[in-house]
Amino acid sequence: MALNNMGRPTTPQEGTVTSTIETVSGNKALAQRELLIFEVGTPRRTGVDLPEPKGSKSRLGGLERTAEIGLPGLSEPETMRHYVRLSQKNYAIDLGVYPLGSCTMKHNPRLNEKVARLPGFADVHPLQPQETVQGALELIDELAHWICTLTGMPAVAMSPKAGAHGELCGMMAIRAALDAKGADHKRRVLVPESAHGTNPATAVQCGFTVDEIPATDDGRVDLEAMKAKLGDDVAGIMLTNPNTCGLFERDIVEIAELIHGVGGYFYCDGANFNALVGRVRPGDLGIDAMHLNLHKTFSTPHGGGGPGSGPTVLSEALAAYAPVPFVQKNDDAFELVETVEATGGDSFGRMCAFHGQMGMFTRALSYMLSHGSDGLKQATEDAVLNANYVQASLSDVMTVAFPGTCMHEALFDDRFLKDTGVETLDFAKAMIDEGYHPMTMYFPLVVHGAMLIEPTESESKAELDRFIAVMRSLAERATGGDVDSFKAAPIYAPMRRLDETQAARKPVLRWTPGEAAND
Amino acid sequence: MSTAAKYTEDHEWIKVDGDTATVGISPYAAGQLGDVVYVELPEEGKELAKGDEACVVESVKAASEVYAPVSGTVTSGNEALEDAPETVNADASGEGWFFKMTVADASELDELMDEAAYKTYCDGLE
Repeated sequence: MALNNMGRPTTPQEGTVTSTIETVSGNKALAQRELLIFEVGTPRRTGVDLPEPKGSKSRLGGLERTAEIGLPGLSEPETMRHYVRLSQKNYAIDLGVYPLGSCTMKHNPRLNEKVARLPGFADVHPLQPQETVQGALELIDELAHWICTLTGMPAVAMSPKAGAHGELCGMMAIRAALDAKGADHKRRVLVPESAHGTNPATAVQCGFTVDEIPATDDGRVDLEAMKAKLGDDVAGIMLTNPNTCGLFERDIVEIAELIHGVGGYFYCDGANFNALVGRVRPGDLGIDAMHLNLHKTFSTPHGGGGPGSGPTVLSEALAAYAPVPFVQKNDDAFELVETVEATGGDSFGRMCAFHGQMGMFTRALSYMLSHGSDGLKQATEDAVLNANYVQASLSDVMTVAFPGTCMHEALFDDRFLKDTGVETLDFAKAMIDEGYHPMTMYFPLVVHGAMLIEPTESESKAELDRFIAVMRSLAERATGGDVDSFKAAPIYAPMRRLDETQAARKPVLRWTPGEAAND
Repeated sequence: MSTAAKYTEDHEWIKVDGDTATVGISPYAAGQLGDVVYVELPEEGKELAKGDEACVVESVKAASEVYAPVSGTVTSGNEALEDAPETVNADASGEGWFFKMTVADASELDELMDEAAYKTYCDGLE
């Protein structure tokens, strides 16, 4: 028997229970059960000790609330434990590989966070006098310069708050340019069928109709089909490059020439610009407008519904229509141009109250400056290399959707699961048991049972090899006839398989007293 | 007495009964979509050309358009689907119908597949 230096046994003793038992508490060692905050707290408890206000007089004329507000009260330790326990149930990029394709869940460097927390950036207020925030304005101007340089575009609108907002900015600029020419017959926008759903939605929001372009067998825009759809009423095209299948649109220069040939504009969805940074400048491809997702390409945090940021670059043809406000550098100071009149009258107006996501700007510029132009290029190359390494390492046990090398993400379909009884969803759930966040599934829609894997440049070869070994083993188990364990997955997650159908058909969106979760 | 169902390549079926036709999606399409969670019905009086988007069906996997198999005007939608979208999975070619419409040009029906041709078509997709 092994003993430690106190003479205490260190190996399991007789009578050790090896099968799982139900605990009385519902906790499983460090995996603790946690109730909703409304079930934990009561309105009569509080974590702060505030004095009763003296001599206060209501000015609400008898309209003040008399009933309890119904918010849960917790002591400080209860509050801490509640949120820490919840955070421990979470999966995050800081815990492991997050291969969610199309989302670019790359590491968020801590240097970005340090810089963003500097009081001069973190504590500024959007209504502060401009002379007191010259440093913040200079940072926005510097970031705009980097963005214009990386994209090869003459202008950028910094205010859009996220990717879809950037799309809206680009399409509103296109609409404004068409209106300025009196081209009100141009109302049809071409959109490939593999596009992000936000593309056609944005076009419709701007008063256009959407015309879908089919894809070729190798997952790219069908150029001949596009030519057949060209006409004088075409306002433009919205194209993602690399596209949602993770493939480079080889004909992009010809697509730009064709669309310009009918007097239309070229909107490029820049969601996948992380595959091009330092290698390709969109301005050289004939693009008129493109948004960047700072939160995907330049490592600002996302995925928790936190703030995105979608600066939108514009060509010479569209630059005059950019929204206000924007930062302008004068002789010795930076100034915010706030009104349409101050731009000469062409700006299509204002998209949001203030001038963008300061915290995201700070993080993105920190990422750019710490990588440098050579580092950004290498990050791009590593992202593409990693995706191709995953694709090549899995191509004999899973089915690659389109032949050839991919860009920053590898796309598989479910042909390898045919007749196994295992579906893409089951495969994803089994990944949870193995400790991985599942890949993106059932998107893009043009691929049956799609599994879209984006490892990003953050992962080392050793980490990728572990991930690949897990994926290979799952694929072999699925094709080897082990359906039951896939249908039962996840077994080890805090919650087992949720009823997604019922959640969509009969969603319960509000907790009501007395309807406590009875498990 | 309604005629036998005809099918489109986009997996809609249409059955004509006198002046009106009933439209739904095939059991194959319902199976491919997985559990249907929502059906957006077309408005009564909506005029459709053959191939126009008539309504939208949403499942746990995807949202898909339902196209008009022929040209005509929508006369009613299957409101029972609003509360029970699962009917589409349970009985796609019967109670799970989507909408009824007039048929503007009966010759358009001839361009559609009959049951046997549609089955062959689906087998080819596997």
